Amino acid sequence: MPPRPVKRTRSGQYDIRLSPEERTLLRGLGPLMRQVLTDDTDPARNRLFPVAYPDDDDRQTEYRLLASGELLDSHLAALATLEETVDAERLDADAVYAWMRALNEVRLVLGARLEISEEGDERPSAGDDPQAQAFAIYDYLTWLQGEIIETLSR
Amino acid sequence: MDASGEVSSSTVPAEVLPVEVKDPDSDEVVVADRPWVVIVWNDPVNLMSYVTFVLQKLFGYSKDKATKLMLDVHHKGKAVVSSGSRDKAELDVFHLHEHGLWATMEHDE
Repeated sequence: MPPRPVKRTRSGQYDIRLSPEERTLLRGLGPLMRQVLTDDTDPARNRLFPVAYPDDDDRQTEYRLLASGELLDSHLAALATLEETVDAERLDADAVYAWMRALNEVRLVLGARLEISEEGDERPSAGDDPQAQAFAIYDYLTWLQGEIIETLSR
Repeated sequence: MDASGEVSSSTVPAEVLPVEVKDPDSDEVVVADRPWVVIVWNDPVNLMSYVTFVLQKLFGYSKDKATKLMLDVHHKGKAVVSSGSRDKAELDVFHLHEHGLWATMEHDE
């Protein structure tokens, strides 16, 4: 068994044990997500800005006006924390929580693009399918997020 | 069981039950105070463990209660996770949206 990637220390901090390749992958998520988050025409962006009032257009418009800026800032803040601490070997609880949220944001966007339907979707065979890499990234982020949740839930 | 660790100091109060506010003179429910309910819908991306964890963090629910709600979302397609005034429900929805959960709100029937 490989060592757990995220482990709580006695002092309540968290040790982050990731390979340079993993950290490189994580470093690339910020630019990708900023592009999505600032592109109103990207349908995957909608998944990060859900409708609060599906049956009430007026109130939904009001909610959007009121909340969408703050929601965008919140999504960006989690990503910024991930980017700023991507090389850290030890993180505090707030930073790990931000990682968990940022990874989830990326998974939601990738999930929308890949049209993920259920856990256990069939994956395209690597190589010829251009989506194979995106699926591999999605699956890696799912694993890492799951590890973080398990550690934080303990 | 508190499995939430010391992640953040959530200020959202513990479980809030629907409140029926009655007009003291008429015994009829005042329509304006009919509670709003916050609904979380099933989606294929959010992990079951994540939904459970977020419900614990945001609402202070026990692991058992959060797990039960998560399983309702997973098996029945949705679950009412909180309720209250429109302002409170909207804040709850916002916090759920911050965490990427697919949440809506509606007036309780």
